[in-house]
Amino acid sequence: MSTLIKNGVIVADPWTRLANPDAALPEGDLFVPLTVWHTRKAALLSHPARIGLWLETETLPEDLAGIAADLSRFAAIAIYIPRFVDGRGYSLARLLRERYRYTGELRAVGDVLHDQLFALWRVGFDAWALKEGKDAQKALQAFATFRNPYQADTTRPPLFRRRGSP
Amino acid sequence: MYRYDDYDTALVVERVAQFRDQVARWQAGELTEDEFRPLRLQNGLYVQRQAPMLRIAVPYGMLSSAQLRSLAYVARRWDKGYGHFTTRHNLQFNWLKIEDCPDILAHLAQVNMHAIQTSGNCIRNITTDPFAGIAPDEVINPLPLAEILRQWSTFHPEFAFLPRKFKIAISGAREDRILGWFNDIGLRLAPGEEGEPCFSVIAGGGLGRTPVRGKLLKASLPWRHILTYLEAILRVFNLHGRRDNLYKARLKILVEALGLPEFTRQVEAEWQCLKDGPATITQEEYDRVAAHFHPPAYRKLPQENKENCRPQDQDREEFARWRARAVHAHKQPGYAAVTLSLKSPGQAPGDITAEQMEAVADLADRFGFGEARSSQEQNLILPDVERRSLFALWEAARAAGLATPNVGLLTDVVCCPGGELCDLANARSVPVANAIQARFADLDRLFDLGDLRLNISGCINACSHHHVGHIGILGVEKNNAEYYQITLGGRSGNAARTGEVIGPSFAAADIPDVLEQIIGVFVARRAPGETFLATFDRIGLAPFKERVYADHAHGTGRRRNQLETETPR
Repeated sequence: MSTLIKNGVIVADPWTRLANPDAALPEGDLFVPLTVWHTRKAALLSHPARIGLWLETETLPEDLAGIAADLSRFAAIAIYIPRFVDGRGYSLARLLRERYRYTGELRAVGDVLHDQLFALWRVGFDAWALKEGKDAQKALQAFATFRNPYQADTTRPPLFRRRGSP
Repeated sequence: MYRYDDYDTALVVERVAQFRDQVARWQAGELTEDEFRPLRLQNGLYVQRQAPMLRIAVPYGMLSSAQLRSLAYVARRWDKGYGHFTTRHNLQFNWLKIEDCPDILAHLAQVNMHAIQTSGNCIRNITTDPFAGIAPDEVINPLPLAEILRQWSTFHPEFAFLPRKFKIAISGAREDRILGWFNDIGLRLAPGEEGEPCFSVIAGGGLGRTPVRGKLLKASLPWRHILTYLEAILRVFNLHGRRDNLYKARLKILVEALGLPEFTRQVEAEWQCLKDGPATITQEEYDRVAAHFHPPAYRKLPQENKENCRPQDQDREEFARWRARAVHAHKQPGYAAVTLSLKSPGQAPGDITAEQMEAVADLADRFGFGEARSSQEQNLILPDVERRSLFALWEAARAAGLATPNVGLLTDVVCCPGGELCDLANARSVPVANAIQARFADLDRLFDLGDLRLNISGCINACSHHHVGHIGILGVEKNNAEYYQITLGGRSGNAARTGEVIGPSFAAADIPDVLEQIIGVFVARRAPGETFLATFDRIGLAPFKERVYADHAHGTGRRRNQLETETPR
């Protein structure tokens, strides 16, 4: 199990990812790609552990709309960020949280680095599988980067709606 | 001018701490070069040919005298005693050490200055009309909404890693002085049917490698919806803009690829979900911000308020010349806006020394309300000068080298730092600008030529907007040598369009002669009172082309010159 930052602390990660779409389902909490969810839905629903959805960065808003009704079945959704400068996952996260009211774990995986944690948090991620070799303890400091950013995020209205109130 | 409260100040201070930590982790090897590069770029720090360059934001072009003095301090203490104003309300320091940058930014934070998002693939500094709030042709003061856009775009979490940079310009005047047709988003304010401020939203414009005139995306968007509407545009761009090719990644390419109807459909669909959400601007917030931009304590003055220039002043003619170019109309009777030229012959256009920064600060305090603006033409503007003080202002500005009487004339060259400093450049630009300034130094001649905008870019990225210069010069590289391509007939403003390429490029040494020939055609063919552009529009490119390439046809002159002036690099 690799380390995971979740809700501001470092925890063990019990999840695995189904690498081969046709393989037998391994035991334990399991991330599956969108296509596997569609083709093996019945088997996945009878899986004894938790099921998570694995999304690639190329996922389109239409893909999310197509799976909106199933979102409550996922205990976690992972969005894969191939390079940290690829910002598509930020929009996907906001869509999941704000438009589709997804409330489970939203995890950033891939090229996930210290300096992106704060913005990822603000768009709705609450779990981060930090890139291997990076200092997770130090990365926790990133959550304190800005106390009162201007824009709305998934927990607060924009600053202009809060200015003047303590 | 907007005054920061504790929230605004805290964000800038926290940004300095974040950047200081990033630099420290990079120095400790915890951040690789590839990881650090986008981080430093989002804070305006480039690594250039000679030294690192730090680009400081001047949000929507407004500077206080205290900020100018702080910039002067930075120039002296950490740089070589000068800075460079760009075409997008930024000031660049070109000779810094990376390890000093956290301290420099901490110093600037004391006057609410920063380098936030002055580079990188994010929403860049918002630009506006340098005459915002004071121009007689303005119908709505855009400054409150420019500040609201600044706040909204600062550290926007969803749009920190866009496919490519994103530029927004905003104006509330009848005449477009913001290159509204050539930004990713151009915003033009005008009263709607019920008198409330409404935006015309122009999308997908840009210069650079692929110049594209923007398209009207929405004709009348009520002001309170501007943030949600921009978020809809940016979300479509963020999700669908190309990330496989740096040169095809700007919004203009996506709009062209999808076509305006499909792009509009996607934006509208997205907007319907965001509309009336939390980012909808409240009247209370508008009023709070607008209170910072109420007109200063103007005196009641007659419109015909003569400057204090006495007939016996020997300098009368020189003053009259300067006044004819540098003084601009103002909404308020008895007041004027004044351009301080940063284009004295022989200096790099847009460069300003620490002493001049302090001189501008003093002039802003003495002749105005302690405020200056930076213009797209790389000059500074004093926005609120009493007309009766113009002569005294001119004397003081002249003493500081800020009163070159060339505003809007051929030698008021818009010019990037070019190949001597910039890592991206293919060719030098400043020596070409200086050579042209030297050739056209005669003021009688310069004034006779009238309004003429010359823009010189050292590469295809077009930082100096050569496409929209009446005469545009673009540096290119051929066989390891610098050449220059010329375009004619470009323009900014409501009828903005890109110029037409005149033909094959020229060697640097030929450029003054070629300019001479182009100007010669204009002078020979112009009707009385006609500007260069008007003549060009009437006679077209052909007569200029024929004249400039006449020598080529006979195999003389230029070809030999080119060989002599090749600059191996």
